Amino acid sequence: MLELRKDIFADERDDNLKEIGKGTQRQDMLGHITGTSSYFNDHQLQGMLHLKVVRSTQAHARLRRIDTTEAERSAGVRRIIRGADVPRNLNTLLSLINFGKDDEPSLAVDKVRYKGEPIIAIVADSEREAFEAIAKVRIDYEPLPTVFDVEDALKPGAPVVNETYPKNAFIYHDVYDHQRLRFGDADAALATADHVLEQRYQMSPIEHAPTETNGAIAAPDTNGRYVVYTSTQALFFSVDTCAKILDVPSNTFHFIGGTVGGGFGGKVDTLTEPLAILGAMLTGRPVRYMFGREEEMQYGPPRGAERIYIKDGVMRDGRIVARKIRAYFDSGAYTRLSSYAAVKCAAHLPGPYTIPNVYGDVYCVFTNRTPATAMRGFGVTAMDFAIECQMDKLANLVGMDPMEFRILNAYRDGDMKAHRREAKNTALIECVQVAAEKAKWPIRDEFRRASSRKDGGGSRAVIPPTPTDSRSRPAAPAQQRTTYDRAPVTATREPPREPPPPAPPPPPPRPAAPSHGATRFSSVFGTRRR
Amino acid sequence: MAVTVKTFANASEAAGALSSDRSARYLGGGTLVMRALNEGDVSISTIVRARDQALTRIDASSPRITLGAGVTFARVLAERDLAFLHAPARSIGGPAVRNMGTVGGNLFAPNPYGDFTVALLALDATIAVQGGFGSRDIPIEEFLQGRERQAGTLVLSVSCTRPASSEAFRYRKIARIKPKGGSVITLAAHLPVSGGRIAGARIALGSMAPTQIRARAVERALEGRSLDAATIAAAASAATEGTSPSDNALGSAWYRREIVGVHLRRLLSGQE
Amino acid sequence: MTKIPLQFRHNGRDVAIFVDGGTNLLVALRELIGDMTPKFGCGQGGCGTCSVLIDGELHLSCLTLAETVAGRSVETLDGMKQGPNLHPLQRAFADNFAAQCGYCTPGMLMAAKALLDRNPAPSRADVIEAISGNICRCTGYEPIINAILAAAGGRASA
Repeated sequence: MLELRKDIFADERDDNLKEIGKGTQRQDMLGHITGTSSYFNDHQLQGMLHLKVVRSTQAHARLRRIDTTEAERSAGVRRIIRGADVPRNLNTLLSLINFGKDDEPSLAVDKVRYKGEPIIAIVADSEREAFEAIAKVRIDYEPLPTVFDVEDALKPGAPVVNETYPKNAFIYHDVYDHQRLRFGDADAALATADHVLEQRYQMSPIEHAPTETNGAIAAPDTNGRYVVYTSTQALFFSVDTCAKILDVPSNTFHFIGGTVGGGFGGKVDTLTEPLAILGAMLTGRPVRYMFGREEEMQYGPPRGAERIYIKDGVMRDGRIVARKIRAYFDSGAYTRLSSYAAVKCAAHLPGPYTIPNVYGDVYCVFTNRTPATAMRGFGVTAMDFAIECQMDKLANLVGMDPMEFRILNAYRDGDMKAHRREAKNTALIECVQVAAEKAKWPIRDEFRRASSRKDGGGSRAVIPPTPTDSRSRPAAPAQQRTTYDRAPVTATREPPREPPPPAPPPPPPRPAAPSHGATRFSSVFGTRRR
Repeated sequence: MAVTVKTFANASEAAGALSSDRSARYLGGGTLVMRALNEGDVSISTIVRARDQALTRIDASSPRITLGAGVTFARVLAERDLAFLHAPARSIGGPAVRNMGTVGGNLFAPNPYGDFTVALLALDATIAVQGGFGSRDIPIEEFLQGRERQAGTLVLSVSCTRPASSEAFRYRKIARIKPKGGSVITLAAHLPVSGGRIAGARIALGSMAPTQIRARAVERALEGRSLDAATIAAAASAATEGTSPSDNALGSAWYRREIVGVHLRRLLSGQE
Repeated sequence: MTKIPLQFRHNGRDVAIFVDGGTNLLVALRELIGDMTPKFGCGQGGCGTCSVLIDGELHLSCLTLAETVAGRSVETLDGMKQGPNLHPLQRAFADNFAAQCGYCTPGMLMAAKALLDRNPAPSRADVIEAISGNICRCTGYEPIINAILAAAGGRASA
């Protein structure tokens, strides 16, 4: 049963609601079934022009020369837009929350970093005339060496994809080239484990394939502002991104959206609004920029590819004693949201299991592939795929039933998670029990009787002694960029363990009545419990 | 330059317009030409149409059947006398695509499309085309080999001999989406039997080469033999010979080579 | 640029427009008639959200050259309501929660109407086949199939 903390959330729930188990009609259903729901492209504006972009045919190349002479003379062309026309032609999405450096132009200037990168935008009277003008743009490319593999990209001497990050890895807090999780001594535990299993997993990029492609219509309004109809999933995010790129106050724009023809994470990148608005600013006319299907599938950002290595130590009785993970997120040529996905991934390790020794390195890597973005649980999905495959293999290795094996290793209330938060409201055991029951999968009595609310905590609540990495500690950032950085990064977060003690210290007594515990631990600052 | 649409009353005039204009395409059901225009193909600036009723005629009364190039798959499915072609026709698109797509257009459909043509290739169809200099009949294999050069000619009709029995013609399309999707591979087999032995086997494959191809090594393995387990095994092991599949979003070349023998075996042994 | 005059019946009313050469029916309906119910999804015949009925037959408006409908009858979702009342299919879609983002819904409803107009008592397999050219990325197809079967069942008993 769900425990609702009425002591904290007294006003949060009306106990008389009875919504679960019956359908509740969508407020937009009538619009959908009559076809009157208004998507961005359903706005008919007088004299609307059409914007199409010239996309790079190369995955990595210097732009020697861009010749638009013939295109400018092409019938119906109202305006050719180049990178130099974009007021602030460098941005990164998460700069709005002060995370990451501006690394992506709206229109490529000196070089292109992935196949399909926009170089020139053409505004014309009709789509056909825009396409005809596109065919007349001449671009002289000087091909550069490419890198498409995350591990190759991190090797010394690899082609530099994105000069903002010269080592092809996103840099956290100006210092760290990856996310690191250290909990206990995984290497020592692996050395004494009965079995060690190391496996490699990977997942391809996945296109969201919304039925409505990405797009926006921007038009000069009667009050000097611009009205923007957009497919965005993140309206306010898009407003601010456009304000930044176009270097105007955000109240210059009146964004209208909300009715989106499928997004799934693929419509948060503000891909079309800045150029549509710029087109409207430069021509004084309504401008539509909408992806075609090929563009959506090939150049719309996908869920990023991931490669994951897992090395686990397991005892004969089925207890996992160590989990060591190395994961690479393929961000493509620019950052978009993969930097954040890597943080989420690191926080998710080692999955919903209590493992006393966990070691994780998670990299966000730049390659000459289409920039990757959000998609349903990104940062966690591929990792869970890898972890659960690994769980099945481990169960097989020790000769255990895979359901029972999961129950044995599942986290329970009161356990310490690898990122130093107490596990609360855990329910994996109950999930597995229900799944087994529904699937008529026999599990033994002791596993059927197990509970997330029993047998947790105690020695399982201990933060084990954790050796610090032998690598030289990175220097403190010269300038603190984000709120995250305000932690004293030079402080040793846990007592170093040298030499390792022969046995773990006795468990501290578990608090008799755990409070809601909001302040006991911090994933950023480490433990405050001594 | 906008697109010009030229509509003619008869096929020969349309063929004349087509052969004299490099930027002209013949519009059948629209599933290829309109798609190209929608994606911004500016190499097409003239659309040629013909209202000629001969192009939509079906002659299914005799042992040799003839389908006008403009016959849609929905019409093939509505014709009881064309039952042997129902499986390939049904495997194409959803109802809307079958209401639009035509037999003639399918001859030009690139991978992963062109499933009906796989069936026609196995059936040794003849393609009647009209060029600038009159009409002629071309064996389908020759037509496909020179498909790139056929853009300036107008397909009038296709014809083939009705297989002797429902057992003698088999068709199988492998898609990753149920019930419908683009072809991973498509197989068709014409297996005439004479005195208990296969005589004149024709096996055609789709998505195993740039165009639909015959699997000649398979045909040799079948020729003159009865369709027993040993023959089927020999045929299946020859399935990749002479093929040159490529990677696309639906499957890799490697995967296609791996599965073509498996599905050929199922097709020949009558498995679902 | 020469414009081509085009007349046809749109949801029971005669309309006349001028189109550019090569204009597809989807653009003609949306931008020249102002009927926004058919949607652009792919322009390739892959998604079905632009589906309309031409002389009662299901077609993809994005792949239909506009001038080929001269003198013919085109039906879209905009013409499905019967006066102020929802069509039984529309009601069934709502009752069965058969829409989420709503973008595929116009095409699904037209494909379903094309089916029921010819086959008032379809099997589940018939329904699946009838919408096999329409892609939904949100709800899954089950509620949509159930809605179409429910509409057919309701009609049969009515």
